[in-house]
Amino acid sequence: MSILGGGIFKGMAVTLRNFVGSYINKKERLPTNDYSWRADGALPQGIGDYPKEKGEQLSDTTTVTEYSRNFPMLLHDGGEPMDTVRCVACQICERECPPQCIYIEKDYDENGKYIKRPAVFDIDVSVCMSCQICVEVCPFDAIVMNSQFELSTPDRFGGLLVRRDDLLKSNDYYHKIHPEEAAARDQKMAVEKAAKEAKKKAAAEKAKAAAEKKAAEAAKEEAE
Amino acid sequence: MSTAAAPNYELIQQDGLETNLLEVSMGPHHPSTHGVFRMDVKLDGETVVDLRPVFGYLHRNHEKLAENMSYLSSMPFTDRLDYFNSMTNNWAYALAAEKLIEVEVPERAEYLRVIMAELTRLVNHVSLVGFFINDLGALGTPLLYAFREREKILDLFEQASGARMMCNYFRFGGLRNDVPEGWLKRAGEVVDRFPSFLDEYEQLLCENEIILSRTQGVGNLPRELAISAGITGPMLRASGVAYDLRKVDQYGIYDRFKFRVPYTDGDTGDCYDRFMIRMLEMRESIEILKQALAGIPEGEIMGNAPRVFKPKPAESYGRIEGPKGELGFYLIADGTPKPYRYRVRPPSLINLTVLRDMCLGGKIADAVIILGSIDIVLGEVDR
Amino acid sequence: MSGLSHEPVLQQFPDAEWDEAAGALIVPPGQARTIAEWLLGQGVDYCSNVTGVDYLEREVKEKTTNDAGEVETVTRTEPGRIDVVYHLYSMQNKTGLLVLKQRTGRDNAEAESLTPVWRSCDLQEREVFDLFGVNFKGHPDQRRILMWDEFEGHPMRKDYTEPFDYEWEPTPHNEILEKHQKGKVIV
Repeated sequence: MSILGGGIFKGMAVTLRNFVGSYINKKERLPTNDYSWRADGALPQGIGDYPKEKGEQLSDTTTVTEYSRNFPMLLHDGGEPMDTVRCVACQICERECPPQCIYIEKDYDENGKYIKRPAVFDIDVSVCMSCQICVEVCPFDAIVMNSQFELSTPDRFGGLLVRRDDLLKSNDYYHKIHPEEAAARDQKMAVEKAAKEAKKKAAAEKAKAAAEKKAAEAAKEEAE
Repeated sequence: MSTAAAPNYELIQQDGLETNLLEVSMGPHHPSTHGVFRMDVKLDGETVVDLRPVFGYLHRNHEKLAENMSYLSSMPFTDRLDYFNSMTNNWAYALAAEKLIEVEVPERAEYLRVIMAELTRLVNHVSLVGFFINDLGALGTPLLYAFREREKILDLFEQASGARMMCNYFRFGGLRNDVPEGWLKRAGEVVDRFPSFLDEYEQLLCENEIILSRTQGVGNLPRELAISAGITGPMLRASGVAYDLRKVDQYGIYDRFKFRVPYTDGDTGDCYDRFMIRMLEMRESIEILKQALAGIPEGEIMGNAPRVFKPKPAESYGRIEGPKGELGFYLIADGTPKPYRYRVRPPSLINLTVLRDMCLGGKIADAVIILGSIDIVLGEVDR
Repeated sequence: MSGLSHEPVLQQFPDAEWDEAAGALIVPPGQARTIAEWLLGQGVDYCSNVTGVDYLEREVKEKTTNDAGEVETVTRTEPGRIDVVYHLYSMQNKTGLLVLKQRTGRDNAEAESLTPVWRSCDLQEREVFDLFGVNFKGHPDQRRILMWDEFEGHPMRKDYTEPFDYEWEPTPHNEILEKHQKGKVIV
């Protein structure tokens, strides 16, 4: 265009198109509107109106997707948490954690023997960067990622350390917030357990066969 | 009269007027310096006579931290080097480490790596173009249009890896987990909508007289200086050198895709060239994405990497064409699970070598634009 | 992409060594600038990465055959050194990697600056000076780049220890912890 300022007018036309389009054609012009993953497909109720559900904790996951991760949690398989906790306090996650935010102490019973539970399991919120390395290296599928982000507290020193009892969440809760990942993890654990049992059975049968063979040989020797 | 720094420039002189050079620290807290970056400029009126960049405000000594951690544990820290492009940082590190051990990356993982890297390139170029126009004075509107597209891609990243920016998605020998169902379809939708956004953006900006007069002829970088100073990435291609690591090294499976590499036809590049090269590169990335999304096979996504990563003593240098330039990782392994030496070759730092040469003799406002067109991220400059 | 061969360099400069294990060309002290200029004339015009590596003094066990023909293990002390490593490419021929190393001791570490040959060594040699303490002869502007100017010490060396109470850390200690425990919370 040869009018001086013609390029600027063309640009203004684009701005006007965006402005009008943000009322009419929301899918194109508004940033994040892909809520098809939600069960009811609806937009959140509004700013400052967090939906809260009763249950184990304030449910932040209705405002974030089921794929997002924010902070770890320890899993237990229902019932009394410390009876079915999966963590055995092997301290692998403590060693591999990049910012070193986990602190674990093993649990010992009255005689001083090591029982497979953590006595202390602290994660420092101000240090944890939600990198998921602890989840990857855990051999027992005991620690997984939660998506809880409402972790702020007015206590600057002790409140930012999340203790073991606050970290324990049930496997049902895990299924509720990350259904696909929880289902995959359960399936993997079932496959591993079946393989272990098959191996144990095979070893037991081999031992039985060896014992029978030895008994047969001993009987044959006696007969001779 | 001229100063030692700018020998071709005549300082302002007028009878009866005594002038001095004004020294301004465009300090670490500045809205236009793309991070905590400081430039000490000496001004004569409005003209820059000397310029000294100062950085190190974000230095976290990432290289020494990595010597105390296992190879896998420093993968999340590579996300935080160039925090806009976490996927390509991860890929460069995975490439360097995979050269130390013999592992084969499966097909599906290679295709997904290319898809993630090209989506990251779109994210980076779109943010850069937005910030560049913001520095010129268009207070926010084009920036937010660009960020609207970036949001759509960050949603895709969240669905694949769990986090929007600090993805931590690549592993030695493949990827961490497969993308969920429907992700490829959603990625296809985003990629299909992108060209119309680019057309609109070009209509908004590329004939705008203000942009043309403020960026053309500003920040000239001659070709020989660019090659000698080790400049890489879109800045090098804007100065007339056709050197793109995706075509030269052909790492990953880039030899299977047909795409062009835009570069200027001449000997020097200015800010407008760099801006237009990035717009053109976005279109080429969309071509690659379309081909990759169409051709991705089924399969597994993790090769047979050893569970404890303990390579034999060797050295390796792995480099990729990141959106800002050549990002390289130099690893020295000594048989233990921790690296002996871990070095990041930061493109943003090397590209800053010529900042002073480009800015001398220009106005102070041009210095801001030149810095914007170099495309630096302080996380990478300082590590 | 083909690699750049080191054979021509060894023919031209017989003093240089080729380290097979690391895949690098060890440059004898004093000849670094000449070799670099010769390489630039051959088309190696892009210096991609300059870095330093610190090796402490350590004991190395080697198996050698002594005069009697038996295999025995000999322990020798390898002195500490700092390597300055250059990764070189050729942009005009699009060929690949050639690694150059300059070796220097750990006390009074010195090396020749290759900044007049390849401009990209400018900021990176400043970083090696800052973090390792290697003095580059002929560098146009050698000063600290990532640490502040009055900093003492060279952080990337293997024997670097952090100073005690380097910076105040925002976790409670001493008086603040006592006040917090007494109930007078400081927010």
